[in-house]
Amino acid sequence: MKFFPSAVMCLALLLGGSPGCSEAEREFTEDGRVIVNYWEHWQGFEKEAMQAVVDDFNASQDRIFVKMLAVSQIDQKFVLATAGGRPPDVAGLWERQIAPYAEKGALTPLTPYLEEAGITGEEYIPAIWRMLQYRGIVWALPSTPASIGLHWNKRMFREAGLDPEKPPTSMAELEAMNEVLTVVELRRGGETVRARYSELTDAEKQAKDFEIIEMGFTPNEPGWWTGYNGFWFGAKLWDGEGNLTATSPENIAAVEWYAGFYEKYGIDNMRKFGASFTGNFASPQNPFLDERIAMVLQGVWMYNFIDQFAPQLEWAATAFPVEDPAVRPNTTLVNTDILVIPKGAKNPDEAFEFIRFVNEQRNIEKLCMGQRKFSPMREYSDEFIDLHPHPYIQTFIDLANSPNARVLPKVPVAEEYNIEMVNAYSKAAGGLATPEEALRYAGERAQWKLDRSNRRWEQTGEMRMREWRQGDP
Amino acid sequence: MTRNERRKLGMGLLFISPWLIGFALFGIYPICMAVYYSFCDYDVLRSAVWVGPMNYTDMMSDDVFWKAIYNTLFYALFSVPLGLMLALVIAVLLNRPIAGRSFFRTFFYIPSIVPLVAVAMVWMWLFNGDLGLMNYGLSLIGIEGPQWLADASWTKPTLILSSVWQVGGAMVLFLAGLQDVPKSLYESADLDGANPLGQFWHISVPMVSPVIYFNLIIGIIGSIQEFVKPFVMLPGGGENRSALLFAVYIYENAFLYGNMGYACAMAIVLFFIIMFLTWLATRAMGRHVYYAGE
Repeated sequence: MKFFPSAVMCLALLLGGSPGCSEAEREFTEDGRVIVNYWEHWQGFEKEAMQAVVDDFNASQDRIFVKMLAVSQIDQKFVLATAGGRPPDVAGLWERQIAPYAEKGALTPLTPYLEEAGITGEEYIPAIWRMLQYRGIVWALPSTPASIGLHWNKRMFREAGLDPEKPPTSMAELEAMNEVLTVVELRRGGETVRARYSELTDAEKQAKDFEIIEMGFTPNEPGWWTGYNGFWFGAKLWDGEGNLTATSPENIAAVEWYAGFYEKYGIDNMRKFGASFTGNFASPQNPFLDERIAMVLQGVWMYNFIDQFAPQLEWAATAFPVEDPAVRPNTTLVNTDILVIPKGAKNPDEAFEFIRFVNEQRNIEKLCMGQRKFSPMREYSDEFIDLHPHPYIQTFIDLANSPNARVLPKVPVAEEYNIEMVNAYSKAAGGLATPEEALRYAGERAQWKLDRSNRRWEQTGEMRMREWRQGDP
Repeated sequence: MTRNERRKLGMGLLFISPWLIGFALFGIYPICMAVYYSFCDYDVLRSAVWVGPMNYTDMMSDDVFWKAIYNTLFYALFSVPLGLMLALVIAVLLNRPIAGRSFFRTFFYIPSIVPLVAVAMVWMWLFNGDLGLMNYGLSLIGIEGPQWLADASWTKPTLILSSVWQVGGAMVLFLAGLQDVPKSLYESADLDGANPLGQFWHISVPMVSPVIYFNLIIGIIGSIQEFVKPFVMLPGGGENRSALLFAVYIYENAFLYGNMGYACAMAIVLFFIIMFLTWLATRAMGRHVYYAGE
């Protein structure tokens, strides 16, 4: 029985790990460089573009070596690794995660690093710089940003008798064009015929007894920003302090607009048409790419998929229509991928050195060019625009720089809020509630969660702010 | 206890110690921590803060919690009896000396070994409101099928229908039970002039009642914990959260919203719901279960 204690010790070590592991040794390469572990959510060509910048960094260094790892479902793994005390040194996340993760103490404040390096917000597109901050502290630097806008199919415009060079700028124009561009199949005098919606008789429009074959625009494709449709109507989602403004008149107008498509073209017709998209965005079956939808709200990345799956498409991109273009021209939603240093990273200084390298103009332009997006910086080199493969890159740059560029609400319950808002839109569209009722319910539920989060902040906020300001989380 | 007995006990414990330690670390410890965290505000990243019964009182006023309970019970109420009946009927048919019996037994069991995510993906295609085979089949008999996955009034029936497809596990147990029924009982019933239905009802059912009982309990537990298919087929619970099941809501709170304390509290509630339903099933069925050995 002499082996018993040692056997138990071995087993305990095996099963429980050793608590001291969180202070694990820093790793070094064979030539003595510190290894900075970097987790990134990109795959495919986007990852390759980043890898090229990582290779440049490694080639420029004799002290640091960055090891990049593509990680799927990075948000969940990031949380678990950080909670377990073994995070990577750098992580590539999305900007919507700044508020919840910073609030929960999962990130290292970058403000002291930025001050030391002399990096200021002046260098960045204002909307992007705004979203990197939370509670007055900068938590991340951008990698590749995006703005969203209207993409339209010129061939479908032409065939419908519309001017292919004139996309809609207001919601009224969008609706009028939609009627002309939408093709339905219906029974007329015992025969199945196809007709444009605008050619239907009033009785046929009323009966809605048709099948949608093509549509000008449908708000459920891709449906990624449903909760933010209020932006096209000038809505705000929160008041910048502690109150969510789900039931503002602008948000109600947006839900009415959204539900109006279902009301007009028939709930089941819209659902059936939606089911035909099969949910496979990155494929030739994408309804915009296979020319069943003439207009779609999409981001700067859409060009990649057009290029890959439908190079023959005659298309262009511009700002998405708003209720009144004279008041709010060039409205868009801007977001960005970000680089952060998790709390508890073993090599935060080296991690920041890498993030800073990525944010140097030459390197960020290489990355953004590789991913076919625009750069988050205010200044561009001439070659960037000249050599950029995206034919409408300037449009998306202008949108991102527009005073009407909107960002996601910076509240720690943004994810829950968005889910409640999406539910409100879907309820109103399905005729299960009026827009006001649906939004009131969504707003109350999200506010309840925000209040709960704020109560916790009231207890711990002062202490957290002190920690963050000292730069020693 | 003699010295020898103590030594044997020690050796015995030593040999099962890997399991004991594993169970304590990965079974008992997480359960105890879940109970503790259910009384805390806990989001994994920050340390837990004791909030007393707040998570439980919050639950009472959380509409979505009640909706998830309702959806889950609705789902269990239909999917469990339907699955049991179908499994029993298939087992009885496959217990008869028919041609290609082994083939059919394998055939009916195959769905149970397909990974659930793959099953869910297949059902999504079958139930697609525009291109799905279900609606195509219905259209052949002149019925315009519903929007199974998009219409709030059809999402729960869709889940129930997809669940009865995987009755293979229960069917195999029924088959084993049926093969244990003495042939002499059927022979004497035959002599007495009992018809096949009478034989099924008065011989087969009572003789396999312990298996029915077992499958019922397992079915209840399984359906209350149902997660993968609704999670994949109806993200977010579908329209108006009409098919948001309890386990999915727990997952959302734990991993999407970071409300681990609240999720733990709901998991504890789930445990009590399952315990109560099991007790209820035992009360209701206990007297009707016949054990040949008794």
